[in-house]
Amino acid sequence: MSGPAADTHAPDAHAPHGDHPHHPEEGFIKKYLFSTDHKIIGFQYLFTGMAMALIGGFTVYVFRMQQAFPGLSVPGWGRVTAQDYNGLVTTHGSVMIFWVAMPVLIAALGNYLIPLMIGCDDMVFPRLNRLSYQLFLLSAVILIFSFFVEGGAFGGAWTSYPPLSARAEYNLTPKGAPLWLVAVAIEFVAFLLGGINFVTTMMNSRAPGMKMFDVPILVWMIVIASILFMASVGPLVAGAVMLLFDQTIGTGFYDPVRGGDPILWQHLFWFFGHPEVYVVMLPAFGIVAEVMTVFSRKKLFAYKTVLYTAIGTGVLSFFVWAHHQFIAGIDPRMANIFGVTTLLISIPVAEMMFVYIATLYGGSIRLAVPMLWALAFISEFLLGGVTGIFLGASASDIYFHDTYFVLAHFHYTFVPIAIVSVFAAVTYWFPKMFGRSMNETWGKVHFWGTIVSFNFIFIPLFITGARGDHRRIFDYTHFPDLMKSGMQDLRILATLSLVVMLSFQVIFLVNYFYSMFRGPKVGPNPWRANTLEWHAASPPPHGNFPVLPTVYRGPYEYSVEGREDDHWPQHLPN
Amino acid sequence: MIRPIATTRSATGVPTGRLAVWWVIASEIVIFGGLLGGYVMHRLGHPDWANQAANTNTWAGAFNTFVLLTSSLAAVLGHQAAEKGDGKKAANFLYLTCLGGLVFLIVKSIEWTTEIQHGMTITSNTFWSFYYTAAGLHGLHVIAGMVIMLFVAADAKKNKELQRVENIGIYWHFVDLVWIFLFPLLYIAK
Repeated sequence: MSGPAADTHAPDAHAPHGDHPHHPEEGFIKKYLFSTDHKIIGFQYLFTGMAMALIGGFTVYVFRMQQAFPGLSVPGWGRVTAQDYNGLVTTHGSVMIFWVAMPVLIAALGNYLIPLMIGCDDMVFPRLNRLSYQLFLLSAVILIFSFFVEGGAFGGAWTSYPPLSARAEYNLTPKGAPLWLVAVAIEFVAFLLGGINFVTTMMNSRAPGMKMFDVPILVWMIVIASILFMASVGPLVAGAVMLLFDQTIGTGFYDPVRGGDPILWQHLFWFFGHPEVYVVMLPAFGIVAEVMTVFSRKKLFAYKTVLYTAIGTGVLSFFVWAHHQFIAGIDPRMANIFGVTTLLISIPVAEMMFVYIATLYGGSIRLAVPMLWALAFISEFLLGGVTGIFLGASASDIYFHDTYFVLAHFHYTFVPIAIVSVFAAVTYWFPKMFGRSMNETWGKVHFWGTIVSFNFIFIPLFITGARGDHRRIFDYTHFPDLMKSGMQDLRILATLSLVVMLSFQVIFLVNYFYSMFRGPKVGPNPWRANTLEWHAASPPPHGNFPVLPTVYRGPYEYSVEGREDDHWPQHLPN
Repeated sequence: MIRPIATTRSATGVPTGRLAVWWVIASEIVIFGGLLGGYVMHRLGHPDWANQAANTNTWAGAFNTFVLLTSSLAAVLGHQAAEKGDGKKAANFLYLTCLGGLVFLIVKSIEWTTEIQHGMTITSNTFWSFYYTAAGLHGLHVIAGMVIMLFVAADAKKNKELQRVENIGIYWHFVDLVWIFLFPLLYIAK
């Protein structure tokens, strides 16, 4: 791309006096609690997500201890009853998906980065943005509140299948179940508002000269993910209202005796639930694209291919949901179709991975901490993708369904998405967010400790799953067949690795918060990156840029031939 | 609050507010789509629900359809007035639209009262569960539309934010359109 192309924008952007954002200073409460500034709202989402991750981490610690040492009084919790166990598993799943992956990957990064990366001063609807966070916070409070009501937190698994979820006499959480549902529904509204804001901002408020293919891949990914979310969550909102009525006023939408159908919920849930996987996956791939190009000093191998592939993945993701119902009694001919679409979707995903590997080829690779996380994302996600093939094929899924093999498979996709890529993002944009840098050595210690122990958690669980461990068992000592030939040793290995992985996070937290206040100060562009956010000061002030930038080229012009400097920022005229 | 420059930009050529309304509608379509899709699948599996559906008051439903369509006409006329910069006239048309919504809700509540008095409640059968849930969700949208419209009209009266007259009109047409689907599915199909 060359030369200014400012004709794509409304005349106001050219007015000499119209491009200087004016933002007055505000008091602490107004600035940090009721701010309409997209960066503060991004931080609010980020820190709420991190706090919720602690809850998600604590619950998995408790129930994995019960798996490894049944009947043990778990330090920090006590003896785990079967009812506790159900509540802990459900909370872990719901929190990690809805209150960690979604807010951090989409809301926090989207809010913080979209206006900076497309070169404007804020979101198009700042007050809607603030409302979105407030609703999200309310949903988190309702969820946490549900731990303390009569019967405790909802224990019907994060998928909430009726009749278990619909009838209090089955799930034994008469108050926890509706509260869980209300919390999830409010959270959906929060993300719908946020998503509309992201999409509209990206469509309308790009810097003058920034054409469609000059938009950084991460922004595209968040926008595509927001559209996927918008298009898929509706049926579940309707389904949630129906389930809430079943729980509270006694309708029979999901009760076959009264003319309803429990499978309807599974369809409504997974029509959302499967695109949701791609809703969180695409931003993760976007982060990796930004990090990899910077740390290999190379142009992204095939920008348009990545973009079209992401759109293709999004479209295809609406036609795979019934692979969750292969053994729920759907027509086998239907199962064939969904088996084929499920296997098909691995093609675009594989294509993106090849593009990233091709980007690395011949680059001047620097193994800084964000780059390590990005590389780990590719290699770990690959394992998650490959094991998915066994589950997408309806014949082998009949055997694997609801075993620990499934569990290990989706953790090999979700941990790279929600943990590994998030660490890549957090360490990469840290200098921008706080104007300081994190400690590199401790960053590497944290990286290796986390990645190695992560594999030691889930490789054993692939094995126990393939040998028949069912997911929803609270105490395996009741199943002598599943206690033979070292199965319990594998469970103990997984649990101990989990404890190791969790303890390594302390290193990260100390490094993160220490560096926030005491880390060495850095300039606006320490990684020598091209995208617009690195043109703003670190940290960017309210209003972001002293003068809103104009864009002259694509985001990945690294090591351009005949140019002395190995990067070529988007906002430089030449 | 100072409006950010971002809000005033329009790279697509579509004003930001209108663009957002279209996205709101896109997300609403799938909400009603999921609900009505679930209903239609059930209905096909239960031909006996026709006996229940026979108890709905088709004439009341038809009258409400007429009222809602007419109110949409008022919304269009309001938009036309706003385009010409006549905020006062636009506001009056919006009030007229609200009046249509109010008549719709009154007829609706008379219907529901009669049905509930005759023992057809939300829990009596899954047909009635769908009936009250779908129509209720639509009713909430009517109420929300009216509330927003009153705010927009109050501004328009002072000739402020006239572009919002069109935006709320688009939303109102959508609410109208949902009813066009609900009416045959719940009342006419016997």
